[in-house]
Amino acid sequence: MNPIEQFELSTLKTLGKLGSYNFAFTNSAAYMILSFAIIAGVTLLAMRGNALVPGRLQSSVEVVYEFMADTVRQSAGEEGMKFFPFVFSLFAFILVCNLIGIIPYTFSVTSQIIITASLAILVFAIVIIYGFYKNGLGFLKLFAPSGVPGWLMPLIVVIEVISFFARPLSLSVRLFANMLAGHMALSIIAGFVTLLLGAGVWGILAPLPLAMTVALEALEALVAFLQAYVFAILTCIYLNDALHPHH
Amino acid sequence: MDPVAAKYIAAGLACLGMGGAAIGVGSVFGQFLSGALRNPSAADGQQGRLFLGFALAEAFGIFSLLIALLLLFVL
Repeated sequence: MNPIEQFELSTLKTLGKLGSYNFAFTNSAAYMILSFAIIAGVTLLAMRGNALVPGRLQSSVEVVYEFMADTVRQSAGEEGMKFFPFVFSLFAFILVCNLIGIIPYTFSVTSQIIITASLAILVFAIVIIYGFYKNGLGFLKLFAPSGVPGWLMPLIVVIEVISFFARPLSLSVRLFANMLAGHMALSIIAGFVTLLLGAGVWGILAPLPLAMTVALEALEALVAFLQAYVFAILTCIYLNDALHPHH
Repeated sequence: MDPVAAKYIAAGLACLGMGGAAIGVGSVFGQFLSGALRNPSAADGQQGRLFLGFALAEAFGIFSLLIALLLLFVL
């Protein structure tokens, strides 16, 4: 059993060619549409009644909403609430994609570096564009923290610039690497079950890796939530830099 | 030494850096928890800094993983 096989893209429908690029509707696109449909469907269905005393579905959607609203308010301030729809969409999309991915035999959209890199570059571009739009050149004060002695300043500026430009890299690779490593570990340990069953008397040990697979599946569910949350809260922290560059 | 073998050994060595990230992330959350248990009312306000520290600590582990992936699949 090849642990990489689950990440392979397969073309469902070829749409045509543009130059040397092949435009196609892949399983990745299908799962993204599925997760969008789940988010939109559940949210619309839950808020359809818009009851004052919420039912079970409505209150669970409200809990997620309140949770993200608190996160944005705490880390980006009241001004950051204008970015709440963006952060909430990011969180919901990544969370649902991750959760679909841990169902066996499905495709995990967030284990593709191109998806996470696109999301991270979107966040990075919004921070830079909004930072310059709101603060003008004052946004550059981000790289020169106050209270640093003058002789140390050139070094600090270089370090701050490097760490600023490493942000989209670490933001995208964190999500991608966590999903990739988790799914590969799951399929390798699940592969031990069939290996042991095929090894004669050692087959009595087969329940051990099976139990471990179940435990890892639970851990992956936690990681799926945690990585979506980390992506959202880091987006808030980076947006906070654009809103208040004097730190 | 066979260059392909050297490449795989280098990729394995690059992953050692992730142990440092593990120590860092453990330290970030451990220190936060010990601080939070002393003063639980102040803990919620520091969540942004907690995750900023976590992100910075984990970024370096990610860089070492990136080097390993580059060695394996790109170079």
